[in-house]
Amino acid sequence: MRILSALFRHPSGRIGVIIIGLYLLAALLAALGLTPHNALKMFAIDRMKPPSSTYWMGTDLLGRDTFSRLMLGIGQSLNIAFAAVACAALAGTTIGLLSAWWGAPWDGLMMRIMDVLLAFPAILLALLIIAIVGPGTFTSVTAIAIVYTPIFARVVRGPALSLKQRDFVDAARTFGSSQRYVLTRHLLLNLVAPLAVQVTLALAWALLTEAGLSFLGLGTQPPTPSLGLMLAESKNLMQQAPWLMLFPALTIMLGILGFNLTGDALRDILDPRTQGRTA
Amino acid sequence: MTYLAKRLLTFPLILLGVSVLVFLSIRLIPGDAITAMLGTEAGMLTPDQRASLAAYFGIDKPIWSQYLSWLGGLFQGDLGISKIYAKPVMTVILERFPLTLELALLSMVIALTIGVPLGVLAATRNGRPSDLGVRLLAMIGQSTPSFVLGVLIIFVLSVYFGFVPAMGTFTPLFQDPLANLGQLIFPAITLGFAFAASVTRISRSAMLDVLSEDYVRTARAKGVSTMSVVWHHALPNALIPVVTLSGVEFGYLLGGAVIVEQIFALPGLGRLVLDAIGQRDYALVQGTVLFIAFNFLVVNLLVDLAYAVLDPRIRLGGR
Repeated sequence: MRILSALFRHPSGRIGVIIIGLYLLAALLAALGLTPHNALKMFAIDRMKPPSSTYWMGTDLLGRDTFSRLMLGIGQSLNIAFAAVACAALAGTTIGLLSAWWGAPWDGLMMRIMDVLLAFPAILLALLIIAIVGPGTFTSVTAIAIVYTPIFARVVRGPALSLKQRDFVDAARTFGSSQRYVLTRHLLLNLVAPLAVQVTLALAWALLTEAGLSFLGLGTQPPTPSLGLMLAESKNLMQQAPWLMLFPALTIMLGILGFNLTGDALRDILDPRTQGRTA
Repeated sequence: MTYLAKRLLTFPLILLGVSVLVFLSIRLIPGDAITAMLGTEAGMLTPDQRASLAAYFGIDKPIWSQYLSWLGGLFQGDLGISKIYAKPVMTVILERFPLTLELALLSMVIALTIGVPLGVLAATRNGRPSDLGVRLLAMIGQSTPSFVLGVLIIFVLSVYFGFVPAMGTFTPLFQDPLANLGQLIFPAITLGFAFAASVTRISRSAMLDVLSEDYVRTARAKGVSTMSVVWHHALPNALIPVVTLSGVEFGYLLGGAVIVEQIFALPGLGRLVLDAIGQRDYALVQGTVLFIAFNFLVVNLLVDLAYAVLDPRIRLGGR
């Protein structure tokens, strides 16, 4: 709660939290079926209608309500982003912590494996995974999780190595605390700050990657609405129905902006040395 | 051991790891290579024919032996034959690479030309409205995915200017420089925008750090003009992180801007991977992915070397 109120006092943090809050609300309402129209139902008589009081953001080629589809799309994108980042954070943190704790030779081996994964541009690694497993929601989660695991491992390993040398860790070991206790209570708890920042920024990347994969037709598959897919479908209709392109484009941008603003604000709050340094 | 020596020693190891990963991932794809190659016709093969084909392509051998012979081929520049192009994979890659390289260079030029001056401006006016404006613009730039900006650019050009950028073809630079620029400028702006935003942010933060250093204060105290302090004393040191960032981003771009090449229908490396995956040309997927990862690693190594040259603390193992 203290962090949330600090975020609200931070100028860009406030905007970021409000955007994320609105997106979560839209996703929740969509999950409860509380969209203005049925997002999957086609209203043949109302095809490609511009924004109006009935259809706030117009309708698509099949007569489906854009606003309702965007609400579902936000839910789908957030689900994938949260699941992927949770997996990446869990796997990366475990690898980073154990590497730092165990030291050589495991540390060297684990970090070289992470280096190999980092040798691929993110979208390329994701494409390679999709080539193996085939496109779909589960693949998107797996691909994004694998791409971001090494980043979490690196973010955790550095500070964990220096924490390992600290007196309080030595003291805990001398008092006979178990390895698990020292790792979770003394190391992990002290890493919450950099992890929180990394999770928020990773959520922005995950949203971007998910939208990108769906845009290429390799992520979420129709008829499930997805922001990237909606943007891709609008490409050929941009002259006749520009709203089909503008609303998904703005929704993707705003979502990523929300997480980026929150991530930067968190970094400012949790690490006062960077105060005002991040643009 | 110095940082540089360590970096140079681990490079071949990581490269080997990358080759193992690429080789194994292609073998993890469900279905066997003969079916992937012949499609439905593979069903008409007798077991004997299938066995002799497997022996011909060497896929009847154990996986480690297949890997070693593939690795042997790699050292001779042999990445196999592409199914869709019926040409050596290396030839197909080298045909596509100039476009990707040019696009990456052009995007970097755009990003640095816009990003560095904006970052310097924001840092020297820290906290003022112009600084806030630049920071907001940079944040929006970083939050705008290239595919969103690409689609928006095509929309604005076609709806408001009645102009559709040339798509689907590529004129080499030396054949017709103007036509070449016409084809690449909009994709380069699309890629350069987010890149410029990152450059702006990092230049601003590096400049703020440098401007608070003692030597800058001394220069000011000596009466050196603000312009000279900013451009001659502070900027060269503030550029070190910019070099690192630009190098890493350039490495990413050399991997082919998959989505932007797709939007503007440019036949570059990124689109080649996408087509190869779509058409299940596994030799091509394998070769292109390896080529991209190799470039990415080499660029990162060069960036680290440049970083060490620019900052002696790293060269001497201070990191």
